[in-house]
Amino acid sequence: MSKFKIEPNRFKAIVIGGSAGSFQGITKILSSLPADFQLPIIMCLHRLKHVRHGFVEALSIKSSKPVEEPYDKEGIKKGKVYLAPANYHLGVELGNTFAMGTDDMVNNSRPSIDITLETCAYNYKNKLIGILLSGANRDGAMGMKKIKDRGGLTIVQSPEECMIDTMPKSAMALCEIDHILKVEDIILFLKEVHKAYS
Amino acid sequence: MQEIDIADLRKLSEEVKTIYGYDFTNYAMSSFKRRIKRILDLYKFPSVTVLLKKIKEDRIFFEEFISEITVNVTEMFRDPSFWREVRDNVIPTILLNHKNISIWHAGCSSGEEVYSMAILLEEMGLRDKAKIIATDLDKSILERAKSGVYSLKNMELNEKNYIRFEGKRSLKDYYKEVNGRAQMDQRLVDNVSFREHDLVNGMVFNKFDLILCRNVMIYFNQNLQNNVLKKLHESMFKYGYLIIGSKESLIWCEISNKFIVVNNEEKIYKKIKD
Ligand SMILES: C[S@@+](CC[C@H](N)C(=O)[O-])C[C@H]1O[C@@H](n2cnc3c(N)ncnc32)[C@H](O)[C@@H]1O
Repeated sequence: MSKFKIEPNRFKAIVIGGSAGSFQGITKILSSLPADFQLPIIMCLHRLKHVRHGFVEALSIKSSKPVEEPYDKEGIKKGKVYLAPANYHLGVELGNTFAMGTDDMVNNSRPSIDITLETCAYNYKNKLIGILLSGANRDGAMGMKKIKDRGGLTIVQSPEECMIDTMPKSAMALCEIDHILKVEDIILFLKEVHKAYS
Repeated sequence: MQEIDIADLRKLSEEVKTIYGYDFTNYAMSSFKRRIKRILDLYKFPSVTVLLKKIKEDRIFFEEFISEITVNVTEMFRDPSFWREVRDNVIPTILLNHKNISIWHAGCSSGEEVYSMAILLEEMGLRDKAKIIATDLDKSILERAKSGVYSLKNMELNEKNYIRFEGKRSLKDYYKEVNGRAQMDQRLVDNVSFREHDLVNGMVFNKFDLILCRNVMIYFNQNLQNNVLKKLHESMFKYGYLIIGSKESLIWCEISNKFIVVNNEEKIYKKIKD
């Protein structure tokens, strides 16, 4: 019997935020995904603003599915893994398309996790899973709150496992978190989500 | 604060359109909403309704609203590899068949892109062959572009980009420090005409060999992008170049078949059909 009970087809998308210390966790998650994992995964990870290349390739190598940086107005497709590009905010529009922005940094970051999380929350409502990993600032906390407010499900990486726990702890202070999990358990959780999807 | 209601945003852009003629009704919703939220915070307006009331009553405030609603973030030599491509391929190809080169910076913001182009042309010894028009919707940002005064902090980033562009000199050769700010050498833009122009409502006013419209159409929805692309297309000579931002694409546009991709990485397109 698994620890997690997931309603069949409850979820439509997964959004993941991470910053300092999240690379290992994220690659573990990506490498353990079933190759036919259906839900789109949208990742916003803090990264060097002026290095366009390398990061998506580094993630792709470790992932069981290719990771892509989407274009503005691209439609979000099932089974794909997306990464916010350098120096752009990555938002989602109603109707499941991506929207880039070059507006001011939020929480000193562009891409900002809050922006990706909030726009996903607005689009996917209660059909969204938000996951926040290790990080050294507060970016993402407000976004997690928005996900919770709209009925989505929130998960943070357990602070004791995080290299830097400011990010998950800020989210925990701001809103209700459904699960506080080690990366290993986040992976088990996602496998259950996969099974519940038909 | 309460979540902003899309219906209120629609009402606001409809009324702005009726009263002032600026048309934001087809701007991309997620970033438009973010800009409105920012304005509410900045001016401490409790709601979109209060903001709209202020806009209707106060024309001067409306000018400020225009400055705040548009996203003006820009850099010199943003995406250095793109600027190398312009220098090494785009401009030489245009000059194979033309004696002169006409360039339009559509949505030039505070002008960093324009000074980058001017420096590039200067270093190629081609500045006197170029005729450049730089336009934006936002009057106050155009004034900044004309004046060519930038913060020294921004110049650090610009300098880093310039180095990665592999320019011939030092960016410092092109500006002076005045009162703790950088004043660009104004000779660089003596062949540039800065003009107010609205891509949404404005007319096609000329034809160009090269149009840069980078990181502007990301603020439009797909319909508006289609319409604006038609205008850009009309403003280009056949076999002219259109360059958009590195994370934009024309593939979802109605008339994308009138262009070919010359460089997908740097988003350089060429018009191949009238
Ligand atoms: C993010 S800036 C792009 C600056 C520069 N091209 C770059 O890529 O760094 C976008 C600019 O588009 C302008 N803009 C927005 N809507 C416009 C419109 N309808 N017509 C003309 N310019 C517009 C804004 O005022 C802003 O200065």
